Amino acid sequence: MSDSPAPTTAPPASPAAPLRRPRLFSRGAAALAIFGLMALVPLVAHLSDDPFLTVAFTRILVFAIAALSLDLILGYGALVSFGHAAYVGFGAYAVAILSRHGITDIFVHLAAGIGVAVIFAVLTGAIALRTRGVYFIMITLAFGQMAYFFFTSLSAYGGDDGISLRGRSTVLGTDLLAHNSVLFYVTLGALVGLYLLAAAVVNSRFGRVLAGTREDALRMQAIGFRPFRYQLAAFVIAGAMASISGVLLANQAEFVSPAYMSWHRSGELIVMVILGGIGTLLGGVVGAVVVLLLEEWLSVFTTHWRMGLGLVLILVVLFSPKGIAGLFERLLGRGK
Amino acid sequence: MTARLEIRSLHKRFGALAVTDGISLDIAPGELHAIIGPNGAGKTTLVAQLSGQLAPDSGQVLYDGRDITHMDMAGRVHLGMARSFQITTILHGFTVLQNVALAVQARKGSSFRFFGRADAEPALNAAAIGYLRQVGLAERAGDVARNLSHGEHRQMEFAIALATAPRLLLLDEPFAGTGRQEAEQLLALMRQIKGKQTTLLVEHDMNAVFALADRISVLVYGRIIATGTPGEIRANAEVRAAYLGEEDAAC
Repeated sequence: MSDSPAPTTAPPASPAAPLRRPRLFSRGAAALAIFGLMALVPLVAHLSDDPFLTVAFTRILVFAIAALSLDLILGYGALVSFGHAAYVGFGAYAVAILSRHGITDIFVHLAAGIGVAVIFAVLTGAIALRTRGVYFIMITLAFGQMAYFFFTSLSAYGGDDGISLRGRSTVLGTDLLAHNSVLFYVTLGALVGLYLLAAAVVNSRFGRVLAGTREDALRMQAIGFRPFRYQLAAFVIAGAMASISGVLLANQAEFVSPAYMSWHRSGELIVMVILGGIGTLLGGVVGAVVVLLLEEWLSVFTTHWRMGLGLVLILVVLFSPKGIAGLFERLLGRGK
Repeated sequence: MTARLEIRSLHKRFGALAVTDGISLDIAPGELHAIIGPNGAGKTTLVAQLSGQLAPDSGQVLYDGRDITHMDMAGRVHLGMARSFQITTILHGFTVLQNVALAVQARKGSSFRFFGRADAEPALNAAAIGYLRQVGLAERAGDVARNLSHGEHRQMEFAIALATAPRLLLLDEPFAGTGRQEAEQLLALMRQIKGKQTTLLVEHDMNAVFALADRISVLVYGRIIATGTPGEIRANAEVRAAYLGEEDAAC
């Protein structure tokens, strides 16, 4: 929340016309620019003869999906889930375990990953949402770690060490995804689709209720809403979206391990959302790009690259509470 | 006729302190009933129990003859019970219009709709604007709620309460912290709804209470020591001794 004096002298909203925030339009333009630039990555990789670039950016897009899904509950519901990486893991393990048994179709992988994520989100969310604040963080962390240790103990599927895939998921019997650039565009397509979905949800009736529970749960009850059911629904949607990123992550890495689900990963997702800008959707995407590029770049100089990341995070939080997205909005003269 | 709200020997203790100590009260449909009492008399605790925010230790709350003692807040709202808060409780990051439209949305259709912009629903916005006009806040509709003055917040709370289309309005000290001019405005608003809207007004402001109420109950240390018309209350010796005291001169 920026506390910049807001538009007391703004154009008098004519009561007849419902408010349409022009901000949203330019956010759409920013999204278009970011996704458009991303779409050029395989081309650049081709021209610069650096195929690794496409693979690296596929990974970035995967985490952008995960961060986007986290922002849905963190930014719009003020639900700080510290176990979000578990859902990424469910998607990844859906690919690994099913492929091991000869089921390689990506749609089956997606269905299984989403299914497990939804069940886990309903069960753990129903319990975690009875608590607030720090307790919610701790409970989601505990459930996340339970999922982590469950997969660590699955020795048939690699246990602690993880498991390599024999190949990527197939699409209706074809090995389309074997091409790095196809996987890249599929991932980008998923990101854009889920971004549009999330944008629709936060502006819908449901989204407005969710944002209301973030602002003041007591007030919401006083006008007749029961916050729990809306928060739980959002928690489930976010979990399902994150599991999709897991399916794609397994395909990108062709390797799955419990490390995907560790609390470090959950923390990293939170960092991405905060760095990019809480409650902006696009912020999660930007945060994933920045964090992973910083990791790539800083780790060349030092193994202690996280210190550099920490410094950047501190600076952003101090000078732009709304993250990088907020910084851009201010630079472009909006939000004044 | 059944009372709109019937309170039967309600008790609530916080530790050794009996904050609500056997309160019984009837509110007739259409009545504007005020509860007055000094600070710490248990006024807000009473409202919290009536609205479902707090559970009483014993006793019953009946609404149109139906026992709602154990119903949650949202359930009571759906029965037509609206509440305003002593401490302004609004969605500060929302616009004024969104705040009111959300209250309209709560009773108009499902909120498990994931598509379609809620901001662009004409039915919600039109109804919300109507309530904002009623409280004289329509021209601030597009402003973010946090930028409104304290008095405007009180007006907004009122609009939100009205937007839930209540059959019983619980107002918890709406005059608290309002300036003279804001109080005048609020008073005019209350006069407007008086007679049309069953209201329980919990208030500290004597002028407002004696100007508005059909009946007044005096709450002291968790007990109602007197109920009657403003004239009766003013003349009641016990009330004068217990509460009105020097303030009486001002009335």
